[in-house]
Amino acid sequence: MSAGRLSALLVLALLVLAATAIAFGEAPLSGVQYVQAFRAPSSPPGEVLWALRAPRVVAAAVVGGALGLAGAVMQGLLRNPLAEPGVLGVSAGGGLGAAAAIALGLAVVPGAIEGAALAGALLAGLAVIVAAARFREPETLILFGVALSAFAGALTALVFNLSLSPMATRDILSWLMGSVANRDWGDVAWALAPMALGAGLCAYAARGLVMMTLGEEAAALSGLPMARMRAASVAGAALLTGAAVAAAGVIGFVGLVAPHLVRGAVRHDPARVLLPSALAGAILLVAADLVGRILPTEVELKLGVVTALFGAPLFALIAARVARSWRA
Amino acid sequence: MSAAGLERASVRLAGRAVLDQANLSIEPGEVVGVVGPNGAGKTTLLRALLGLVPLAGGTASLGGRRVGLLKEAERAALAAYLPQERRIAWSLPVWRIAALGAVDRPSPAARQAALVALARVGMADLAERGVLEMSGGERARALLARLLATRAPLLVADEPVSGLDPDAQLLALELLREEAGAGRAVIVTLHDLTLAARACDRLVVLRAGQVVADGPPLEALRPEILRAAFSLDGSLQETPAGLVLAARRL
Repeated sequence: MSAGRLSALLVLALLVLAATAIAFGEAPLSGVQYVQAFRAPSSPPGEVLWALRAPRVVAAAVVGGALGLAGAVMQGLLRNPLAEPGVLGVSAGGGLGAAAAIALGLAVVPGAIEGAALAGALLAGLAVIVAAARFREPETLILFGVALSAFAGALTALVFNLSLSPMATRDILSWLMGSVANRDWGDVAWALAPMALGAGLCAYAARGLVMMTLGEEAAALSGLPMARMRAASVAGAALLTGAAVAAAGVIGFVGLVAPHLVRGAVRHDPARVLLPSALAGAILLVAADLVGRILPTEVELKLGVVTALFGAPLFALIAARVARSWRA
Repeated sequence: MSAAGLERASVRLAGRAVLDQANLSIEPGEVVGVVGPNGAGKTTLLRALLGLVPLAGGTASLGGRRVGLLKEAERAALAAYLPQERRIAWSLPVWRIAALGAVDRPSPAARQAALVALARVGMADLAERGVLEMSGGERARALLARLLATRAPLLVADEPVSGLDPDAQLLALELLREEAGAGRAVIVTLHDLTLAARACDRLVVLRAGQVVADGPPLEALRPEILRAAFSLDGSLQETPAGLVLAARRL
């Protein structure tokens, strides 16, 4: 199947799923109410569909798309099928930024938490770009990311440690679990700008990712501006991940799993896998959010919890499959 | 004008001279073999030539221009490189691997160049297969096809025959000779001295980072050099099948 046809199919699946996710929710609507919602968007059923559910579904799609794309870029750059957006410490940096903002009582300032999360993610991303220019081997970069992640995690723990208010502690924890509940159109629009820039950078670096298949030295003699493309791919992934973390908290496994669902269909091409990965990520997160909403639990399941519950076993399966291909 | 050259080039890694004032010149149309024991600096010499490792002294040039001053695209237009590292990250179709040597051309032309190169290494019927589903030897041939698909006037190949069966080793060197016949310059590192003596016009012998001999095979691998560089007691002998190394350990 060509990458174009695959993407068209995924777009179709995403649209059907999104329509389903907007149509169904905790508050069941009657047929008359659906008609009313379409006729008068400002009627109460219209509010439920267009002001509550639709922005939430679109936010899930946008965040999932960003994570799927960032995951595919990270896997290409690091030449490692088990890499994901969080592997370089960018997510942890975003989490730290948000935690610090909440602990400082900035939650009342509109956009402060999101801004702090994005700033934290971009600071971590900057550190990774500097490291990527110095260390060419993906293994070194991964280890650097592990260290950065652990340090940001330690600082977040420190924020918990020093936080006097149990309310703030609860808010931070809730935020770190990840969610797209109560998002409005403004939140979506706000996240889209850094994501679009990140996606553009990733598109620019795509040819370099293909060349990286043969390793650093072969790529260095390919004639492509590899140093610039490496920096662009890290910056792009950092922007996408940072904006995703800012919009929805820390959501794991989507960026890891999404590329694997589509990689075989594009014959393992690290450039052609990008767009289908983004679409698969969007589908996964819209589905996960729908599952979290409609499961009859006392308290609504957090999005990050749902993705981890499904994602961690999938991760183990992927690892086993990858190990088989390495033995071959 | 020489295709590539080193002038008193030195490379230091962790305080040790891995390449020590090496001089070298490669002309279009010739196959130059770089031989030497493990750790003598063969790979470092190739990497110095390509500007992949900073020089502690001396100069490296490609097509008469200083390597350090070349832009990435200019360097790629002057030299193509087959590194020793053969790890391939993704199971792309074999033809896509070969086509990575032709990224300077539009995709139909790149695909055509890849298929031609694959046919030359005897893999025409495997073009659509995933490269990680193949044996190590087949992967090595696919990577050689990528090198052949380039248009650079200098081909630099690090251990292109390691891991290949005898027939494929001879084929690989034959193909590199064909490229030299077509006017490209070729420099390869090799471990098998008999193969090196037969396939190369000129051999450069390295020992502890220094060029200790540079000349036609019979001259470069004369008994003193075999003794000093390889700790071997013996000589190259002419047989009806070609040159053969007859030697034993000192």
